[in-house]
Amino acid sequence: MSDEANGATGRFYLYTRYERFWHWLQAALILGLLATGFEVHGTFSWLGYKRAVAFHSALGVTWLAAFAFFAFWVATTGEWKQYVPTTKKMFEVMRFYAYGIFSGQPHPCPKTPDAKHNPLQRLTYLALAALLLPFMMATGLLYYVYNDWAALGLGGLSLSAVALVHLIGAFAILAFLVVHIYMTTTGHSLLAHVKAMVTGWEETQAEKPADWEKRTT
Amino acid sequence: MRQWKRPWKSLGGLAVLAAIATFGAPEFLGAKEQEPEKAPGRQLARSAVAAPGARWTTADHSKFEALKKDFAKPEEVTAACLSCHDMAADQLHHSIHWTWICPDCGDGKSMGKYGKTINNFCIAVPSNEPRCTSCHIGYGWKDKKFDFSSRDRIDCLVCHDTTHTYEKFPTKAGYPVTEPTLFPEDGKTYLPPDYKKIVTKVGRPDRLNCGACHFYGGGGDGVKHGDLDSSMGGPKKSLDVHMDAEGLNFTCQRCHTTKEHQIAGRLYTSPAAPERISLTEADLASKIACESCHGQKPHKKDAKANDHTDKVACQSCHIPEFARVLPTKMSWDWSTAGRMNAEGKPFKKQGPYGKPVYDTKKGDFVWEKNVTPVYHWFNGAMSNMLVTDKVDPAKLVSLNQPAGSPTDPHSRIMPFKRHTGKQPFDPVNATLVIPHLFGPKDSEAYWANYDWKRAVVSGMNYVDLPFSGEVGFIETEYFFPITHMVAPRESVVPCEGCHAVEGRLKGLSGIYMPGRDVHAGVTAVGWLGVAAALAAVLGHGVVRMISRKRRNGQ
Repeated sequence: MSDEANGATGRFYLYTRYERFWHWLQAALILGLLATGFEVHGTFSWLGYKRAVAFHSALGVTWLAAFAFFAFWVATTGEWKQYVPTTKKMFEVMRFYAYGIFSGQPHPCPKTPDAKHNPLQRLTYLALAALLLPFMMATGLLYYVYNDWAALGLGGLSLSAVALVHLIGAFAILAFLVVHIYMTTTGHSLLAHVKAMVTGWEETQAEKPADWEKRTT
Repeated sequence: MRQWKRPWKSLGGLAVLAAIATFGAPEFLGAKEQEPEKAPGRQLARSAVAAPGARWTTADHSKFEALKKDFAKPEEVTAACLSCHDMAADQLHHSIHWTWICPDCGDGKSMGKYGKTINNFCIAVPSNEPRCTSCHIGYGWKDKKFDFSSRDRIDCLVCHDTTHTYEKFPTKAGYPVTEPTLFPEDGKTYLPPDYKKIVTKVGRPDRLNCGACHFYGGGGDGVKHGDLDSSMGGPKKSLDVHMDAEGLNFTCQRCHTTKEHQIAGRLYTSPAAPERISLTEADLASKIACESCHGQKPHKKDAKANDHTDKVACQSCHIPEFARVLPTKMSWDWSTAGRMNAEGKPFKKQGPYGKPVYDTKKGDFVWEKNVTPVYHWFNGAMSNMLVTDKVDPAKLVSLNQPAGSPTDPHSRIMPFKRHTGKQPFDPVNATLVIPHLFGPKDSEAYWANYDWKRAVVSGMNYVDLPFSGEVGFIETEYFFPITHMVAPRESVVPCEGCHAVEGRLKGLSGIYMPGRDVHAGVTAVGWLGVAAALAAVLGHGVVRMISRKRRNGQ
């Protein structure tokens, strides 16, 4: 890579092994759930309805269990602090993505191991990990145990309503995924963020601006 | 690459997750290895069929003195039977096979073939007895003066002849012929029964005995039911897994449990099976329901199909189509009857499947094969209208309808054959009518003179009901539950058959079904949102590229 050429000062270990494993496992689970879920919804035919339902249920239950490990990890390692929302520098980050990025300005919140997330990411990932994903797991689990509703004292629940909110959540995740994947390209190279999530090593942003960033006089 | 030094460590985590997946979704990972479960009822049924001597008997009728004689007429055979089977006549007199009236429906007089119900085939029995009662278990029911208390007029042989040489003539009010007689309608010559030989071989009815009438309801093979026709006499496994002549070889009574000549399965205002209990819960219960032997959870443990049994009748998935070997009549238009050919004679026009599509006597027909059923909520009972009920000529009239509702815990989604028709009615009184169809040449019958008014006057007069004198034609529908022709497992209706917007259950109310009920509005807004996100990031990306090029170029 062109670390030296770009005058990068070095690399640092940003994402631990478990964190990366969790990220990609969850990515795979969510992609699988989206595909099988939309097949069950009737959007397309791929695995066949029966297998789509079976896979969706299996992936959902797996996700639920795996997410419990993640919640444990976040709580015991203190990583939860990375998700505490803040408004500090929020405006700067928004301004950066709105137009600063077009004129080659540096990111207002460079990543460090102690602060992986910029304020916008903190808010987004908190909403995702604490609200949207648990919401999908909860509504999915409800859907999964539909036949036991009466026994569980949930007889008054409407399957149509549960299915509807689960569907709305699915669209929210899909929309997030589109933006999330795009945002990975906004590092100092197109694949820099993806690479970091694979290897764990983030390259520090060059203190000296890259050649293309320099204003020629 | 410090992080990849011990990659095997993450294998442990994967193993945990695999275990979770297996635990969480046995239906798709674990269940295949399990042995097929052995439903006790199913096992019992199998062993009962397979056991040597399963068709045991304790009497040899060829040795009975009462039967060693020359019978001049069939009533003498009956008298001989009753000389030993002394309770049979009384039992039969109380059966719907004898009265053609549902004994415990409404007033006990109106519901049934010989009451005031009507269909859209040959419409009704009264005034047409000699033709219709060729399928009565009696002799000589030629008009309403028939003596229902007569013991000797019971026809034992039509059900108990195991030689299958005994036949009733189609138009002789239930009698067989006394000398060889050609029936021009089907071109078949009927022979007088050899009573002496037949009585030595009487026994329990088999499929052909029941089928002699039930395969030919409506006046021909496969006309009425759609799931009962002569192909069910000796079906292959592909047509019916239970009756499979080379396999389980069930007789009708294996499910239609019979006690004292009362046969389970009658279906008017009360369900054939009020409770869905299995034989392991009550071993003397009637076996009429699938659940009687298969139980409430008939599929493999944890199979999704078991979650369906509270709402979906077994038949809905396991009988994907009816009339799979022989065609069945799907529509009958009486309003076109009476046309003559160039010679001024009645005629028939043959159509596909070698079945008539037009008959001067009856009008236009539609025959179909491999018919997909229609589906309705069904609690096991049918609600029949009576000939005295008012009809709205502007609307399709449902002569009968499946009873049941999505909120009733006893109701299931059940397949039906829907037979449509156009039949005579009285537009002034707004009621349906009973036409006198069958009769001798000099009678008022429609098939004697092709005059609807005379036929309806005669028919309505016969049943003492008012008729204005005007004949119109009205569109009707008639439903038959589909419960026979259970297909092998590989032919069941696939999930997508119903879980689809345009699936089999389109329009069935009262239930939310994934894949069918897709919240179309929300789905559209959802995709719009995803498209907007995509457009936004693509736009952002393009601006980034352009601005970067511009900066690089400076």
